[in-house]
Amino acid sequence: MSNRIVNILVPVISVILGLLVGAIVMLVSGYDPIAGYSALWNGIFGDVYTMGETIRQITPYILAGLAVAFAFRTGLFNIGVEGQLIVGWFAAAYVGVAFDLPKMIHLPLAILAAAAAGALWGFIPGLLKARFKVHEVIVTIMMNYVALHTTNALVRAISDGGDNTGPINPNASLRSDFLANMTDFSRLHYGIIIALVMVLVMYIILEKTTLGFELKAVGLNQHASEYAGMNVNKNIILAMVISGAFAGLGGAMEALGTFGFASVKGGFTGIGFDGIAVALLGANTPLGIIFGATLFGSLKYGATNMPNEAGIPEEIVSIVIAIIIFFVASGYVIRLLVQRFSKNKEAK
Amino acid sequence: MSLLEVLYFLVPAAIFYAAPLIVTAIGGVFSERSGVVNIGLEGLMVMGAFIGILFNLSFVHIFGAGTPWMALLAAMIVASLFSLLHAVASITFRADHVVSGVAINLLAIALCLYLVKMIYGKGQTDFIQERFLRDDIPFLKDIPVLGPMFFQNVYATSVLAIVIAILAWVVLYFTPFGLRLRAVGEHPMAADTMGINVTRMRYIAVMISGGLAGIGGAIYSQSISLDFSHSTINGQGFMALAALIFGKWHPLGAMGAALFFGFAQALSIVGGSIPFIEDVPNVFLLILPYVLTILALAGFIGKAHAPKALGTSYIKGKR
Repeated sequence: MSNRIVNILVPVISVILGLLVGAIVMLVSGYDPIAGYSALWNGIFGDVYTMGETIRQITPYILAGLAVAFAFRTGLFNIGVEGQLIVGWFAAAYVGVAFDLPKMIHLPLAILAAAAAGALWGFIPGLLKARFKVHEVIVTIMMNYVALHTTNALVRAISDGGDNTGPINPNASLRSDFLANMTDFSRLHYGIIIALVMVLVMYIILEKTTLGFELKAVGLNQHASEYAGMNVNKNIILAMVISGAFAGLGGAMEALGTFGFASVKGGFTGIGFDGIAVALLGANTPLGIIFGATLFGSLKYGATNMPNEAGIPEEIVSIVIAIIIFFVASGYVIRLLVQRFSKNKEAK
Repeated sequence: MSLLEVLYFLVPAAIFYAAPLIVTAIGGVFSERSGVVNIGLEGLMVMGAFIGILFNLSFVHIFGAGTPWMALLAAMIVASLFSLLHAVASITFRADHVVSGVAINLLAIALCLYLVKMIYGKGQTDFIQERFLRDDIPFLKDIPVLGPMFFQNVYATSVLAIVIAILAWVVLYFTPFGLRLRAVGEHPMAADTMGINVTRMRYIAVMISGGLAGIGGAIYSQSISLDFSHSTINGQGFMALAALIFGKWHPLGAMGAALFFGFAQALSIVGGSIPFIEDVPNVFLLILPYVLTILALAGFIGKAHAPKALGTSYIKGKR
């Protein structure tokens, strides 16, 4: 069996196994898995409204997935997408609330602010990795908490102790009457277009530019790249900055599109962590990420329908997602089984 | 308030908040010393916290005042079994340790909340009736200055945490088992050549980390939060991970770092009633442990060396 097919088979088998384990958990705890999964299905594709909301949910997942994948391609593991997304969320909301500008300037400014904030949050671990050889995993985890507490304090500061920035200026909003009308007044916004453009941007950077070539080369073999005259440290920092910018944009989607404000958070949004799963499932390729984000966004949004329609706690879907990550991470074993299975067939 | 009064107030609070961190960080030391990265400490703590509360609520009518201790035992067993998932994925299935750890974290919180909703029909459990209580330590409590600071009104769990840290130090540095465990984390092939079963050693280490993180979680839920919900364990596992790095992968270092983080936590919670501290914005105290860890890693506070084989899968026969 060719390597290419196995590469596609691993995520597909992981998803099937994940759903299977979910069904078993439901059975064991006395729920009807068929009712559960049909409630999930209806929660995703039930009518135009839910479909609009599903696409809205997919939007930040695409950007979070791009962020994780972009770092992965350079051999870096960015667990800080969550924190970068949170600072992006706050920066976009701040610009949205604080200024009063025409839409042509205000909206791009708010989006750029989010990207810049995320990029800054990625720059620090990138710099520490390049300069001091500090492992980026630990730094990005710590940066997540710094982001959470700092943005909470900033929200309180600009709202005089309140827990909400208040609504952003309509001129900074991504809201779209056209998309809302089309989907029975869901919160679907123009962000999905930005997300898809960013997928294209990642593809162009990685496949059509020297920078992309260097980034991939560093990811594949740092020493060889260094020997070939590439500036490895510069590439590490750049990769983290670009990755952070993608994540920051994910936050802008929430600030300018879905919610229209930033508020004090009791905990993480989870979008950044699910971005790891999205990237893994999408094999770190731009096109793959669209599939990964679609799957996770749909599962997450559809899950909210499960308690209403089937009386099953929506956490079951989080369990399924975690199991999928386990199996994708354990790809080695699935590969082994697939190969053994196909060899047996050939022998017969 | 005089300085001494402030200390009488702060030091016990710091040890109180540090206890779950110490135990969990020590667990992390075992796992990482054997070469397995354990980002999943957070999830293992969640599991421990949940099992602690579940056991406490379910069996309080049988065990009475001893319930929290029995719950601690139950949490240890369940969490160490749960950590087997991480062991199987990262050791046998050669998964990326970090990804597997992230999955552990996601799975633990999802599974526990699912069970809470299934059993109690709501997002959080009831509050427990039997919790860990404070007590004076006989004789030592009468020592001037040190007595009121360390030995009056202490939680037995704080003592337990410190005992575990010292025990871990002895086990890791003064027993053949500890030597083997560290060897597996530094140079698994050499260890294998000397007849040490690398896989078995790593499984044991991960299960110890699971058991200790479970105890840590159960201490937290039964002495600080007193119920279980989605926000019961919110970063304590990562703070324990930070303590283990800040403490340079050494049990006593990890304990020291955890005590310091406990101090920061205590300050951020009770700081409002202490002169001078009350003027510092709360956010600085909240982010202090994380910023310090980043600085420590960057080498500003002495260079730390991680175990050499940390995060790598050992594949027999591969050089």
